[in-house]
Amino acid sequence: MKISELPRRVLIALGLPVVLIALWWFASAGSTSFFWPPLSTIVEAFPETWTADPWLHDVLPSVARLLGGYLIALLVGVAAGTAIGRSRTLRALCEPVLEFFRAVPPPVLVPVIALFAGYTGSTSKVLTIALGCLWPILLNTVEGVRSLDEVLLDTARSYRLGRVATLWHVVLRGSSPRIAAGARQSLSIGVILMVISELFGANRGLGASIVQFQRSFAIPQMWTGIILLGLLGVVLSALFRLVENRSLAWYRGQRDAERER
Amino acid sequence: MSDTIALDVAGLAKTYRSPGRDVEAVRDLTFQIRRGELVCIVGPSGAGKTTLLRCIAGLLDLSGGQIRLDGTAVTEPPAGMAVVFQEYGRSLFPWLTVRGNVELPLKEKGLAKAARAAKVAEALDAVGLPDSADAHPWQLSGGMQQRVAIARAIAYEPSVLLMDEPFAAVDAQTRADLEDLVRTLWKRLGVTVLFVTHDIDESVYLGQRVLVLSNRPTVVLEDVPVDLPDDRDQLTTRSSPQFTKIRTHVYELVQSAKRGERPEVR
Repeated sequence: MKISELPRRVLIALGLPVVLIALWWFASAGSTSFFWPPLSTIVEAFPETWTADPWLHDVLPSVARLLGGYLIALLVGVAAGTAIGRSRTLRALCEPVLEFFRAVPPPVLVPVIALFAGYTGSTSKVLTIALGCLWPILLNTVEGVRSLDEVLLDTARSYRLGRVATLWHVVLRGSSPRIAAGARQSLSIGVILMVISELFGANRGLGASIVQFQRSFAIPQMWTGIILLGLLGVVLSALFRLVENRSLAWYRGQRDAERER
Repeated sequence: MSDTIALDVAGLAKTYRSPGRDVEAVRDLTFQIRRGELVCIVGPSGAGKTTLLRCIAGLLDLSGGQIRLDGTAVTEPPAGMAVVFQEYGRSLFPWLTVRGNVELPLKEKGLAKAARAAKVAEALDAVGLPDSADAHPWQLSGGMQQRVAIARAIAYEPSVLLMDEPFAAVDAQTRADLEDLVRTLWKRLGVTVLFVTHDIDESVYLGQRVLVLSNRPTVVLEDVPVDLPDDRDQLTTRSSPQFTKIRTHVYELVQSAKRGERPEVR
């Protein structure tokens, strides 16, 4: 990317959000509806709602649980996915079970997990997030590992690359585009589950706060929570893209090169 | 005598077994390649050339016979062997740079960093790509990619270099350049080369001997010596009467192989 392109790109990226905010601002400007307060009221409520204390005791713990669960899902998903993708026997054994678990919507697991891991602690929430995020990562890893090019694997074998080197330099790198696709899907599932996991019996957390504002009819505050949640999603996906751009630059380059030929 | 033999293929047989259907690809192949020789294998398409090469490379289990590299039976990819595959675009690791691709096998060999860097530079220099070390394979043309694969193979310093129709997918001019590169490297490095191709002219131009294969199930139809001068070039060698004579002979052999002709059972 050239420096001169930067302003243009920023403009393009921010164009639609600015228009939408403006629309919301003017459409809601004279609103007297209790559930639909003017955006100006919401903006005013933002700094007084999200002071140091809720940041420290609601937002950060929620985000920490999200990242914790997500990382567990990433580790377990990639490890198990690689093992299943590499072994035909394991794949035959696991496939029906995987299909079953994938078909179960993660939110229904929340009460079940809470039964075992407790309603109030962090464990059940992290577990919920991890379990929900696991499937896209796992299934995509299996697919990525399975569709590795035979010639690449033959090359690795004929140059006598050891198990570790083959796993690291060939299998994982080769399936990283698919793994990233799964990880991206899981990230949005993770945010959803972060909120849902706090709906049952939690009194602190970003999701719990939004629900409590709603139940106590603190409508502008509820809106600030929703906006904060959206912003969190934007930040997370930007971070994700940053990592992806660095590690998958080769993939994009290769695809573009193939398209040109 | 036995220590001048680099590659010894004795009674090689390969049958692909699957439930309900066995396919006999290679029936009985026996040949030897002396150290420092450049031998081409040519045969009609579907003659099991790739099967043979994968067996020699230790990538496929044999159904019978034995392959010995430097006196040791091949049961897995041996250390003294490097393979250049036909599908250059799929045998180079796209996530590594050219340098990374050449260096990775050396890293596995346990070479120190400085030694690796020297060997990589030397190999890339030898294939005429001294300035492409930091590029990714997909940024290079097909011919250049195959040069990288060759650089990776020679940097590995194998005692036998296997090439599986390496130039089948590049254009004719690049192909001529690459053929000359193989001759040059072979002479310079003294490496033993087994070159599989379906191109009759290429096999005669490159090889000291041409092994002509029958069609499936494969046996050696004839071992044709190529008595052309050691210094070959695309223009004079290819237009020499001797070249034409050998080429015609190999061509006739391949044609008869296609018709299903097989050598007398010994």
